[in-house]
Amino acid sequence: MIAIDRIFLHERTGASALKSLEEAGRAPVDPARVFAVMDHIVDTRIGRGDGTLMAGGDAFITETRASCRAAGITLFDVNDAEQGITHVISPELGIVLPGCTLIAPDSHTCTQGAFGALAWGIGSSEAEHAMATGTLRVAKPKTMRVNYNGELPAGVTAKDMILHLIAQEGAGGGKGHIVEFAGDTVRGLDMEARMTLCNMATEFAAFSGIIAPDEKTISFVEGRRYAPSPLPDWSDLHSDTGAQFDREIEIDASRLTPIVSWGTSPEHSIGIDEAIPADANASALGYMGLQAGDRIAGQHIDVAFIGSCTNSRITDLRRAAAIVKDRQVAAGVLALVVPGSTAVKKQAESEGLDRIFTDAGFEWRNSGCSLCFYAGGESFPKGSRVISSTNRNFEGRQGPKIKTHIASPEIVAASAIAGEIAAP
Amino acid sequence: MTPFTTLTSLAMPLIRDNVDTDAIIPSREMRSTGKTGLADGLFAPWRYLDVDARTPDPAFVLNDPDFSGAQILLGGVNFGCGSSREHAVWALSEYGIRAIIAPGFAPIFENNCVRNGLLPIALPADIVAMLSGQKVAVDLPAQQVSCGADIWRFDIGSEAKMMLTEGLDAIDLTLKHGKAIAAWQEADRTARPYIYLEKQL
Repeated sequence: MIAIDRIFLHERTGASALKSLEEAGRAPVDPARVFAVMDHIVDTRIGRGDGTLMAGGDAFITETRASCRAAGITLFDVNDAEQGITHVISPELGIVLPGCTLIAPDSHTCTQGAFGALAWGIGSSEAEHAMATGTLRVAKPKTMRVNYNGELPAGVTAKDMILHLIAQEGAGGGKGHIVEFAGDTVRGLDMEARMTLCNMATEFAAFSGIIAPDEKTISFVEGRRYAPSPLPDWSDLHSDTGAQFDREIEIDASRLTPIVSWGTSPEHSIGIDEAIPADANASALGYMGLQAGDRIAGQHIDVAFIGSCTNSRITDLRRAAAIVKDRQVAAGVLALVVPGSTAVKKQAESEGLDRIFTDAGFEWRNSGCSLCFYAGGESFPKGSRVISSTNRNFEGRQGPKIKTHIASPEIVAASAIAGEIAAP
Repeated sequence: MTPFTTLTSLAMPLIRDNVDTDAIIPSREMRSTGKTGLADGLFAPWRYLDVDARTPDPAFVLNDPDFSGAQILLGGVNFGCGSSREHAVWALSEYGIRAIIAPGFAPIFENNCVRNGLLPIALPADIVAMLSGQKVAVDLPAQQVSCGADIWRFDIGSEAKMMLTEGLDAIDLTLKHGKAIAAWQEADRTARPYIYLEKQL
């Protein structure tokens, strides 16, 4: 049994947990350490209210709001300045801290392991358990360390680092393990890139991902709204020298390339200059309308989507904007940018990034999870091929018959301009 | 929660690798904040030729009358990966599935199963394949799966086994340790005062 320091809920699965807790006649033991946000099905079009494009979706929003109020939970509401995707705003607000435990009924909670927190995704029942008892019953995971060493080649990002690992080891490769990401390359990443790396630990079937905090972590956390002042000493939060792991993997980061997924699992990923392997899964190929031997670069696209808890932070938007600046989205391509938080949106606007995107022909939206998944309201035209900075290329994830290719925001931006999957 | 002890049923094969929770229950099928009304949307993308019209795809195993009422589902590696949505387990349970036998499960899905009385059984892929369409018996107390004369033992954590066999509510179980938890928190307030936040107004 371990103590849970922070709980984060969103309207999609958090509402179920709060409702069930109420029905059982229970209440959160310490609501001051529970936070909630509207991110999953909230409308991301400009001028939004409680209405969602998904029929009946507004009930999730109004019920979450009412439950939070009744339980005394801090809610970042639809049009609040703090609103945004859970795993973007929790770090922005200093809610996640090095050495703390944080859980959310959301699989991408592992993102926040980038701060040296033990942060992991759970179901609604476990969220109820954590709220009602302040604890969770957890089977101790095995340990894995993935060491990335060497300088990343130009145009290769944290997204490529994690897709490479999943492609190499399989989508089940991290099962049962908590994965520490370590090595020179990881230490060289800024905090936002570290979040991208940890974000997809769940696509690796890991219990979570974690990175030892360092001076970059400390300077990111310092001064955030919910962070303590002065900060405590976190300098001992690292694996001991000579620590033994159940498994260690070494990756030469200098040999990595930009990566794009070709199939319906993140493990179906290859270098952008490569061809789909001869032994590629037949049903994945069938769904994606591709054949073994096809090159991934040059595939015509209908949609380019920049957003999600993986790649929607300010540095992601800056890098994508640098690629689209003074250029135009290819004719017939629908291109969108959905900032990770309202604060990211505001920051981007103060830097003029919104104008760079809209001048190029991108749609510029309000923050939320948006079209990372299809909740039943808004989707892309049926059968569209989408290049997406998100984390899941599952069948139907972005809508019926939608063919999703996941990649870095750089590749999404370059592909939007080219009208086909293209390197920056 | 209904206790789980033994179960005998036809084993319905859905042996595909990396079956994700978006496939088990798409977000668009989660229409309320409750835990019910989900069975109809179970595997909707594969089960229906036209999802809106609910036109069944006769080639999909859930629409095969031979497997009507089957309570055991067979899966591939990393079953239940993706989104943490517990609705995937609620949908399977509501449909009538009580045990899933697969080479492996995604961790959040596996926990969600145990919390809802659905037994996840990990067995090697070749054994799972042999069980396809067979009458299979599951004995949780003995940790055995049998089919005809063949018997295989499976592993399960002692706590998961106890919660499933006794149908226990984990919250009740933990609240029995309420005093110890409170004492730990009291000491922790001194050790890590910054973890404890003031109530926001």
